[in-house]
Amino acid sequence: MGALTVNTALLRRILVGFVRDEVTKVGVKKGVLGLSGGIDSALVAFIAAEALGPENVHAYTMPYRTSNPESEAHAKLVADALGINYRVLEITPMVDAYFALVPDADNMRRGNKMARERMTILYDNSAAVGGLVLGTSNKTELLLGYGTLHGDMASALNPIGDIYKSQVWELSEAFGVPREVIDKKPSADLWAGQTDEQELGFSYRDADELLYRMVDQRMSRDELIAAGFAPAFIDNVHQKVQGSHFKRRLPVIAKVSNRTIDRDFRYARDWGK
Amino acid sequence: MDFTVALAQIKPKLGCLDDNLALIEAAIEKGIAGGAQLVVFPELALTGYFLKDLVPEVAIRLDAPQIARLKILSRRISIAVGLVEVSADYRFFNTALYLEEGEIRHLHRKVYLPTYGLFDEQRYLARGERFRAFDTRFGRVGMLICEDMWHLSAPYILAMDGATTLICLSSSPGRGISEAEGLGSAAAWQRLTSTTAMFLNCRVFYCNRVGYEDGINFWGGSEAIAPSGEVSARGMLLEEDFVLARVDEGALRRERIFSPMMRDENLAVTVKELKRIDRERGV
Repeated sequence: MGALTVNTALLRRILVGFVRDEVTKVGVKKGVLGLSGGIDSALVAFIAAEALGPENVHAYTMPYRTSNPESEAHAKLVADALGINYRVLEITPMVDAYFALVPDADNMRRGNKMARERMTILYDNSAAVGGLVLGTSNKTELLLGYGTLHGDMASALNPIGDIYKSQVWELSEAFGVPREVIDKKPSADLWAGQTDEQELGFSYRDADELLYRMVDQRMSRDELIAAGFAPAFIDNVHQKVQGSHFKRRLPVIAKVSNRTIDRDFRYARDWGK
Repeated sequence: MDFTVALAQIKPKLGCLDDNLALIEAAIEKGIAGGAQLVVFPELALTGYFLKDLVPEVAIRLDAPQIARLKILSRRISIAVGLVEVSADYRFFNTALYLEEGEIRHLHRKVYLPTYGLFDEQRYLARGERFRAFDTRFGRVGMLICEDMWHLSAPYILAMDGATTLICLSSSPGRGISEAEGLGSAAAWQRLTSTTAMFLNCRVFYCNRVGYEDGINFWGGSEAIAPSGEVSARGMLLEEDFVLARVDEGALRRERIFSPMMRDENLAVTVKELKRIDRERGV
């Protein structure tokens, strides 16, 4: 298969240009991001450093007490390689304070709370340093809905939201993201030993090959089956895409006036920029 | 005549007429200083592209002060520029003006307003109704705006109307990343401009903008193409640029001798068959 291979030099130019243009046209110079130790945020840090200069990139690692220490070590590796501003802000006190009030919360609620806690910290720091929050969700996660709404999915600008995980790997090679970060198994790092692919039940490579044909090429179910994808896999992925669509949209507004925001009040976000 | 064309590959700001007029005027001065006799701008150079509900707010009448200023500058250099025009009956058009010797020599209103994929022009804009060639000091010219060129009939009509130069003003979004050297949209355009020049024995001046609007990039790559289909000059990909290309009248003459397809083009057959198709479709 391998339909996902891209010209990384060209992709790099477009994404670096995107961050530079969309950040500076707002009248600021800085980008703020959460650096998890994983490949997606590492790649965004590399893009941002090239676009804005390392002195204008502010990265934060926000571990919880159950986070794998290796994640923080990998994040530091990336920050050191780039020479960007870097700070570790532990979220354990805030998260534990809340769950002391609601001790029965399950893993999913706890994970979502942590993601949203991190989001509030990034937005607070974006105000502190005068910069925009850079998103680190790739197209695979966004389509599968494998992220927390208003948590890790929240950002002002997302340079990698239109590239699949396979392309994140490819582009990270071209950028020279540290080997350890590229080679490790993707993990949301909510509990020890967790991996994305185990939780999803399929590999990102397989999902990308399917999503590329389903979404980008708009192949029908019959065509996908003829191309060798198992019907159960197709249906599972399709269900995830459809079931998570609400996460990719703004809140729905009840229409009563003649001009409703986003329905018939339509302006680009770059209005006047 | 031999002349120099300038392709002003600029980065307009969305909805900022004053800033964009300043950009345009600076490029015009640069063209004059560079010895160009004609300067071509992108589609909607005065306004930016993804205007949506901004369309009525940035639209100008043909007697607007911005156009008056461009008219004055056109005494020194011919200008092809894109903007939103509002008509007396309040229709809004994606319009290209050709200004020369202090006056508007021609006005083209975009006929094909794309409304698919990432495009939504027909929602906000009124459709132009004609393709007409017009006389300039460089010979007969036809103007197209971006999507117009993807309809084979449009450049064909202009060439049959006597145009030997086609000017295409464009705001083409970059998309279709793959293993290939260029973007899918850029590669498609490059095939189109070259093939159109070759089919119609016309020169093609293609000016595309750069910059980003809401995450969408415009890829630039403006081109001057000889009537043979050969690219004589090409602007940078994704970066602001100012392309100066020398245009050789002899190349047009020679191409029309070597490949006299336009001479041999049978208008009567074309019209007869199109009329038949129209009749049969109407049944």
